[in-house]
Amino acid sequence: MTDSKLSTFDRKDGQLVIAHVLFAFAALLLGGIAGMLQGMVKGGTISLPANIGYYELLTAHGVLMALIFTTYFIVGFLYSGVSQTLGGRLLPLTKKLGWIGYWLMSIGTLIGVVVILLGKASVLYTFYAPMKASPWFYVALALVVIGSWLSGFGIFYQYVQWRKTNKGKLSPLFAFMSVITMLLWQIATIGVAIEVVVQLIPWSFGWVETVNVVLSRTLFWFFGHPLVYFWLLPAYMCWYVIIPKIIGGKIFSDALARMSFVLFLLFSIPVGFHHQLMEPGISHFWKYLQVVLTFMVVIPSLMTAFSLFATFELNGRSKGTKGLFGWVKVLPWKDVRFFAPFMGMLIFIPAGAGGLINASNQMNAVVHNTLWVTGHFHLTVATSVALTFFGIVYWLIPVVTGRVLTPRLNKLGMIQTIIWCVGMFFMSGSMHTVGLLGSPRRTAYSTYDDHPDAIMWIPYHVAMAIGGIILFAGVLLIIYNLIALMRAPKGETEYPIGEVSDASEPTPRFLENWKLWIALTVILIVIAYTIPVIDQINNPTPGSPGYVTW
Amino acid sequence: MHMHRLEKIWLTAGVSMLVVFLLVLGIMTFGRGIAPPNEHIHRIDPTKVSETPPFDKPQITKIGDNVYKAVMVAYAFGYDPIPMEVPTGATVHFEITSSDVVHGFEIPGTNVNVMVTPGEVSHVSHTFDKPGEYLILCNEYCGIAHEMMKTTLVVK
Repeated sequence: MTDSKLSTFDRKDGQLVIAHVLFAFAALLLGGIAGMLQGMVKGGTISLPANIGYYELLTAHGVLMALIFTTYFIVGFLYSGVSQTLGGRLLPLTKKLGWIGYWLMSIGTLIGVVVILLGKASVLYTFYAPMKASPWFYVALALVVIGSWLSGFGIFYQYVQWRKTNKGKLSPLFAFMSVITMLLWQIATIGVAIEVVVQLIPWSFGWVETVNVVLSRTLFWFFGHPLVYFWLLPAYMCWYVIIPKIIGGKIFSDALARMSFVLFLLFSIPVGFHHQLMEPGISHFWKYLQVVLTFMVVIPSLMTAFSLFATFELNGRSKGTKGLFGWVKVLPWKDVRFFAPFMGMLIFIPAGAGGLINASNQMNAVVHNTLWVTGHFHLTVATSVALTFFGIVYWLIPVVTGRVLTPRLNKLGMIQTIIWCVGMFFMSGSMHTVGLLGSPRRTAYSTYDDHPDAIMWIPYHVAMAIGGIILFAGVLLIIYNLIALMRAPKGETEYPIGEVSDASEPTPRFLENWKLWIALTVILIVIAYTIPVIDQINNPTPGSPGYVTW
Repeated sequence: MHMHRLEKIWLTAGVSMLVVFLLVLGIMTFGRGIAPPNEHIHRIDPTKVSETPPFDKPQITKIGDNVYKAVMVAYAFGYDPIPMEVPTGATVHFEITSSDVVHGFEIPGTNVNVMVTPGEVSHVSHTFDKPGEYLILCNEYCGIAHEMMKTTLVVK
């Protein structure tokens, strides 16, 4: 069912993968520098030279980390697995779309970074209207989104062609999951594309006077929440498909893996209002409905947790371990390709629990826009997802460049993982705690005129800065490891695609019924959004002119 | 679709907890009115805030027995009116709008935490049982001096 024989990865495809991975890590380095400086400014340790603003750095950090690092890495990773599992090489059209997408995204990123560093777009990566950035900032974002669409089309094309030539066969699990991930992305980005192209670009060029603020926020969060699942699903792909192979075990169930991805597609889009719980303009009913839909992702999350630990336990039992927890001993604890993603899984447990708090309409009042939220997504995306991506690097680079992971690099990888966890413990731990005490997110150093509440927050901000410095050491080490991997000794490395356990039941074919899943996705979106959006358009909030407040 | 017996138990337990949790949230929201703000019914032209009553005169007024109404305007980078003072035990109904960009309105140590969106009016109430100088701050990024945007409410 899955092609796991030792075969050389197509060199030309490898170049496309490497181009994406290197761009991603260049963004991580720049974003990491910005992040560390912010931490130190906020902690009161340093002040920036007059020509660099705190919020400029914060915008750069958010855009480079949340949008650029993730999107490039994800496209590179998915293309590698699509090449591997759907015929052993990318089709010419897929490869072409991949490269055009890459260049469009790169031009967009370049324009965006220049505009941000010139101080023309200190609007953070959420760019809430009516703060008005340079129009070129929005154009840059549009290019990144359009580029990623083309990359997605390439994956769809290869998948459709494979199904045509392999009639009646079940598609490889990796490819199925790639299609779900990109489908989620294509549908979700429609919201932000409409916001940017229809509302913000004409407004920032001065072609229209005012902008409907409530509508722009709704369109942004239509995209903003599924964005986090776009980061998470590729990490889940590693956990479901790659990790079983690395530990020498089997995938617990192909059908359950596909089902959980389908549920993520259905329930990650019609939920954006839970980011807008604390704002006027949307009635309780629609907020609550979307809160309920938000919580539905608990189901595939529980399925995933079950499947992963079932894989670990079955693997242990097949190797003859005894007792309730005997299987823990046979996991490859000294293999960074397992250890880094495993730490990601482990940290996802508190990270997910924090998410439940954020999405609850009453508890959100305690944490909304405090550092708690920043702490939350530094656990989810910046630890669970990032550590999984780091873990992928240690075999992906060797696979696509025809090299091998050396014991020394494996060891450095283990150290890097531990540095990351320690740094994040300090940073995210303090963020969560001080957030509960009320310290707001996205603020430079401030004692609020020496108000006693704010003075009490300062030690936590210092701990955050220390965490940030440790994390920056982690960024430098992963960059070093990446470069060293590119120069590792030549050799054959197998693409670790897991095989499904013989004991698992055959996969029902309705799971590949795309018409059904797309229709259900659209129906849920229509139910959750139609009436409130029509209300926002027909009964609009009086428009706002643009402001440059930085 | 086939599921392992243990997985059925696991999912049944998880989903049951989820249902209870969502019921609690729903009953709190609709039954007891402990809900985040608010409807799409209070609108104001954000360019004419200084001419539109009651926001042309931001002030805190007594409207009942230890009940106050605070009409407030958030702007880059501050809040009107200043100063504000109420006696201990006072319930304050805040009505806030913005005269420029999106702001936040948070009182650390309380559950008061709302967005202030231009063109809309946010309503939130709180009873101040303990005396003290309460910090009110902006928790939504609004520009270069965002971290300076604050005011205080003195409870005597």
